[in-house]
Amino acid sequence: MSDLSLSVQSRRSISLHNKKVRGIFYQLLLAGSLLALGLGVGVQTVSNMRARGIPLSFGFWNESAGFDINQALIPYDALSTYGQAFWVGVVNTLFVSLLAILLATSLGFVVGIARLSQNWIVAKVATSYVEIIRNIPLLLQLLFWYNAVLKPLPAPKSSIEIPGGVYLNNRGLIIPEVQLHPGAGLVALSSAAAIVCCIALWFYARRVQIRTGRQLPVLSVSLAALIGFPLLMFLAAGEPVSFIRPQLHGFNFQGGHQLYPEFAALLIGLSVYTGSYIAEIVRGGIQAVPKGQTEAAYALGLPPGKTLRLVVVPQALRIIIPPLTSQYLNLTKNSSLAVFIGYPDLVQIFAGTVLNQTGAAVQVMAITLAVYLAISLVTSLAMNGFNRHFAIVER
Amino acid sequence: MRSTLKGLIAVAMACTASSAWSATLDNVKKNGVLTCGTNSATAGFSLPDNEGKWTGFVVDYCRAVAAAVLGDAQKVKFIPLTPKDRFTALQSGEIDILAHNATWTSSRDMSLGILFAGTYFYDGQGFMVRKADNITSAKGLDGASICVTQGTTTELNLADYFRSQSIKYTTVGFADEEAVVKAYEEGRCDVLSADTSTLNASRLRMAKPDDSIVLPELISKEPLGPAVRQGDDQWFNVAKWTLYVMVAAEEFGVTSKNVDAMKSSDNPNIRRLLGVEGSIGKDIGLGDNWPVEVIKQVGNYGEVFDRNVGKDSPLKMERGLNALWNKGGIQYAPPIR
Repeated sequence: MSDLSLSVQSRRSISLHNKKVRGIFYQLLLAGSLLALGLGVGVQTVSNMRARGIPLSFGFWNESAGFDINQALIPYDALSTYGQAFWVGVVNTLFVSLLAILLATSLGFVVGIARLSQNWIVAKVATSYVEIIRNIPLLLQLLFWYNAVLKPLPAPKSSIEIPGGVYLNNRGLIIPEVQLHPGAGLVALSSAAAIVCCIALWFYARRVQIRTGRQLPVLSVSLAALIGFPLLMFLAAGEPVSFIRPQLHGFNFQGGHQLYPEFAALLIGLSVYTGSYIAEIVRGGIQAVPKGQTEAAYALGLPPGKTLRLVVVPQALRIIIPPLTSQYLNLTKNSSLAVFIGYPDLVQIFAGTVLNQTGAAVQVMAITLAVYLAISLVTSLAMNGFNRHFAIVER
Repeated sequence: MRSTLKGLIAVAMACTASSAWSATLDNVKKNGVLTCGTNSATAGFSLPDNEGKWTGFVVDYCRAVAAAVLGDAQKVKFIPLTPKDRFTALQSGEIDILAHNATWTSSRDMSLGILFAGTYFYDGQGFMVRKADNITSAKGLDGASICVTQGTTTELNLADYFRSQSIKYTTVGFADEEAVVKAYEEGRCDVLSADTSTLNASRLRMAKPDDSIVLPELISKEPLGPAVRQGDDQWFNVAKWTLYVMVAAEEFGVTSKNVDAMKSSDNPNIRRLLGVEGSIGKDIGLGDNWPVEVIKQVGNYGEVFDRNVGKDSPLKMERGLNALWNKGGIQYAPPIR
């Protein structure tokens, strides 16, 4: 009897009526079809491109680019290669995205918490910000910041002068250039030493608090060390750092560092826009923490500030981080709107000028897509790690 | 599952079908309309008028090709393109012909899979500055911010010129001409650099055109011409000879007004040009009458120039290099015989 049932089962196991076999079969079929489709499209694209005489190679990578880029964080001039132009674009995209992520997160946390404030005005101002900014397309906001706010600044000759040799005009914000003299290394060294001391102090203070419950004045001591050490060294070494004030010469200021309005508009636009979404995520996260937690903290005698910082926010972070990741990804991808306001990001330099000068449309677009994909995956990976760190640890 | 498979097969078939690259001339005749890529907005060259009808110098060239191929200068579909997108649109087959302010260069001819079919406008890159800045020469542009259109030869020429002069400058690049002009007008840049034809056209559209001047220096040669895809010699000939017919018509005094009367001219050059004698139509795959249609519906080269950018237009540009070869310029058509 048992033999019979076994043989029936084994006969079934290779037929499509077996649920498991059927599942694998269709999975393989789908994967195979997708692979074949991808290969087919690839082969067809290559042969079509050949037929039309469109260049297929990546040989342009090492050719001289011949155009200039106004904002480059890595060395670049017109004699550099297209490959170097690509890296300028990547670095510019990463730079503006990272800064905007920092600003948007700070703004979002402040506004998100402000929306829950007991103070009527603070709460309403935060709500208005969120509702207005979230409901206007980002491109319009970028054009607004660029055309309506930054471009109407005065011409270089009638710049707004800010004390300390800083000038603001429609070419951007010009700040003095820092010049280092011998002895500046000592100042840097003392800063590093101060940082190391602060970290050590922090660890020590934690251990003291765990052991005895006594709190050491970490913040004030750290601040004193961070400012005092380098300042003392600075004076002792005979003020080895000086500033070169920018001078108006011809059309614009010479000397000094320049922050371009295109960059500023993109940074402000991205931060303000994404900040409004992050504010909502933060508010949602905080409201999701059970009210009992706050009440329990109050019952223990914690003041409202500490309750928020030590009890509510750490729990809210578990809810906040996953959607926050999507916002960071969105922000990075949205930075490609830079094209419309003239900031030289990856899309403008590489998928714009380089594509046009070389005509290698397919290769350039493929590389550009790959870069955004890579940036997004790395961001996701980092945020997932961060998320694991904050997730509830089962004990 | 079955519908998914069907979908996959359909996609695969669509991909293979597009690989057959049929002759552009036959396609245009079959569709009954010429798809022409032009500038999105350059006064005098390509601009929709108040009624949405495209007018301008490069637009008229497209109309001439449509008149030659389809016998009707109105059968053109205009696709406005930014300099950044124009060659890709031609490569991919989105347009039949590119009539843009595009400069003919060796690398574009050799590596983009396209061919320039002649020069309809000899131009050069120049600088526009504000009068108030009291600049008389490009050598005085030290430290200037310069607004340019991305993906043009302009960017390359600037880098070449300022590098050879050891002058420092900053470029501010935008994807389309309108953004560039706006940035200059609002003071983001000290200088606007482009082909002088474009500079003159841009100035017309500014709020205060008299506040700016174009500096005398030209820093480059910019032969602007129509372009077609490589590998279709018949279509290349249509693009090339439509232009030459217009130039030859001016040379022999054939205009849109007198073209019918000229058919009975005794001049063998004119008779061959207008298809009365010879085989100008048959060899190229068009009717014998095509040059007459071009001249009657659009005009000869001089008429098109004067109407759009020359003395009868608000731009009032000199013929200069674009005068005929026997009138001090370099516009020259090979013999038609």
